[in-house]
Amino acid sequence: MAEKAAGPAREAWITGIGVVSTLGEGPQAHWQGLNAAPGPADVTTWAPFVIHPIAALDLDKQIPKKGDQRQMEAWQRIGTYAAGLALDSAGVKGNAELLARMDMIVAAGGGERDAAVDAMILSGLRNSERPEAFLNERLMNDLRPTLFLAQLSNLVAGNISIVHGVTGSSRTFMGEESAGVDAIRVAHARIAAGQSEIALVGGSANADQISTMLLLVMGHRLWRGELRPLWERAAAGGGMASGSLGAFLVIEEKSHALARAATPFARLSAVLSGHAKRTPGAITAMLDGLWERITPNLDTHGLGIISGATGTEPATAEERAFLAARAAIAMRTTGSHLGHGVEAQFPMNVALAALALQQGRLFASSDPTGFERAMNAPLRQVAVTSVGHWRGEGLALLEAVR
Amino acid sequence: MARYRDQAGRPTVVVTGMGVVTSLGVGTADNWRKLTAGESGIHAITRFATEGLKTRIAGTIDFVPIERLSSPDLSERLAEMAAEEAIGDAGIGARGDFPGPLFLAVPPIELEWPQRRIVAEASGTNDGITNRDLVRGADTGPFDSFYQRFMFASVADGLAERFGTKGSPISLSTACASGASAIQLGIEAIRRGEAEATLCIGTDGSINSESLVRFSLLSALSTANDSPQAAAKPFSKNRDGFVMAEGAAALVLESLEHAMARGAKILGVIEGCGEMADSFHRTRSSPDGRPIIGCIRNAIADAGLTPEDIDYVNPHGTGTPENDKMEGLAATAVFGERAKLVPISSNKSMIGHTLSAAGAVEAVITLLTLDRQILPPTINYQVPDPALQLDVVPNVARAAKLRHALSNSFGFGGQNVSLVLAREPM
Repeated sequence: MAEKAAGPAREAWITGIGVVSTLGEGPQAHWQGLNAAPGPADVTTWAPFVIHPIAALDLDKQIPKKGDQRQMEAWQRIGTYAAGLALDSAGVKGNAELLARMDMIVAAGGGERDAAVDAMILSGLRNSERPEAFLNERLMNDLRPTLFLAQLSNLVAGNISIVHGVTGSSRTFMGEESAGVDAIRVAHARIAAGQSEIALVGGSANADQISTMLLLVMGHRLWRGELRPLWERAAAGGGMASGSLGAFLVIEEKSHALARAATPFARLSAVLSGHAKRTPGAITAMLDGLWERITPNLDTHGLGIISGATGTEPATAEERAFLAARAAIAMRTTGSHLGHGVEAQFPMNVALAALALQQGRLFASSDPTGFERAMNAPLRQVAVTSVGHWRGEGLALLEAVR
Repeated sequence: MARYRDQAGRPTVVVTGMGVVTSLGVGTADNWRKLTAGESGIHAITRFATEGLKTRIAGTIDFVPIERLSSPDLSERLAEMAAEEAIGDAGIGARGDFPGPLFLAVPPIELEWPQRRIVAEASGTNDGITNRDLVRGADTGPFDSFYQRFMFASVADGLAERFGTKGSPISLSTACASGASAIQLGIEAIRRGEAEATLCIGTDGSINSESLVRFSLLSALSTANDSPQAAAKPFSKNRDGFVMAEGAAALVLESLEHAMARGAKILGVIEGCGEMADSFHRTRSSPDGRPIIGCIRNAIADAGLTPEDIDYVNPHGTGTPENDKMEGLAATAVFGERAKLVPISSNKSMIGHTLSAAGAVEAVITLLTLDRQILPPTINYQVPDPALQLDVVPNVARAAKLRHALSNSFGFGGQNVSLVLAREPM
């Protein structure tokens, strides 16, 4: 790959955002939704567990060919759609020359299932004298051959290449929330070091999916019953509501953006990740350590925090301790509005931070406990946190571009 | 005298430790001996009943003792074995204290049929088991061990803990190119000064009924079940698909400066890496080969070389009608007249397609090739394909003078990665 020589310090700008969730699609829908109280979640499909389902999307708008739509299941469609929105937002959609050299990192889960086939197999296995042979026969005969492609983790990226023409490079990170953090971190580091000029980074999650549900249920990560706002869940043992969402960013080197007269949402100044061994207090200590590394860049007047707190315990309590020690800084969570989208959560919150900086202020808080304080000063910087429901911590710093 | 910086002013990246496990055996010595003897690790599958399957052969690794068999369990154990060899080889850091990050190519992880059955059983429903029943079954618990094991991050987490790697471990997938992508991420981290050393691992222990059926339904697999060792026939006229296999490889990458400062033995150099994605189709390459050709050219240019400098190609060489045709096309486009002369021999003819591990396994074998100056053969080459005028090193290994080698990995979903390797720094 051609690399630019080190010269004057390179800056990474966020020049496009693409966001879809239960709030709808695009920055306006999200800004409106976050400034209002959270809408109702889906409490019936997976009762007693709650999900935030994706808003209805007109797939044709971002995935024009029906053939392409049919090759994917929901999780890949959400991602391919959000990626298209980001490319539109950055003004690079259809710019074949640029897209051909655009780098891409996707944070992905995977594993959509054919519930009908699985049900048939499970029932049959109980009564079968030769269960392994039975399994083989059912799989060979009942699986749709292209389902595999709808399940493969790297096929969100693959579909983005096919549908949107992004072909510079393609990497897919797995690993729950950390995948989203490290995808943005590596894209940022490559741009800063001259290894990349422009990148599409993000991820998608489908909460309405058996594999996601099963894992989280087995790990006792989910809230049950009538949903409470995030900061009100701890007393009842905590828990998250899974959220379907997709978020992609276009991250671009400053002079590359200026050369094509692109308007930035914000500067992406720092992205850090960690992997604490989760003994009591370790998460708080990790967040403190990451924060220390960005402290020299901070101007507390005009600083806000967007927290990716999931509601699961003890992670949320440990993050709360970290936030409480910085109580003077206005903080917002998005979990109550959007639910938790695992791999896609950090990209979403970074996109929303960029949006807030473009708007010049933090969105209103819907937190009834008062832990999320009002902020009157103009917004100049946003720190975004991530604490994985199992492992991994992350922190990003975004700043307004003057 | 070795230059600490390459022709583009970046820290030169060297390899100071290597480890590998395949269906041929454990360790670089054992694998190298068998590869140069033209041995195959492919066999009839005994891990599960193959009645009703069109493909009944694979390079499963069944000789590694393992408490519980699942893709993440076996993938982690294989990775661990390869990393032990590599880190031991490199003599770097201390036990449980590797001075750099982990990049792990790993198969996507999901609940498997044994666990799904257990959860269904727990639901108490006998017939017409719905998703809601499964969720109810999962809720009865205690399935915490399934939660921990079947998380995408679990294999990397186990390895990071065991080897004491630094920072957030990255698990990645670019399908069949994954192992090469892991190496590429390590190279880039060293080049931008983020790390002095990285541990790059590719692993795949994912063969079960469903993973086999998935590839089978896409008509990607050889069905030459009656002669397993002869089934993988890269570049042959009668090639009929790839053979799934398991394996793992680990490489310790370091900046040359860091390696020399601690007196490490240099096992090879990664001179360049290149990539290019394909937008044509989810499983087939663009017919004009442009992305593959571009990927190879990018890698060679990144190494500061020209195609004339490449002495050997370790191809993706899966033995599918499509891949080998495209790779032959690419070789002609890149090497021109020399394409007939540059040896190109497929390790997959012997070890099968190790999927998420392949790019890393084959990088290790390419480095061994450069070190020993012996070309491993493409075995099972009985019926040459007249459309592919290539020196595939047919059936028998031979000595060669080798300076620079190219290693290709082309993945489903159009993700292509190539590496350029050498024995000695310039």
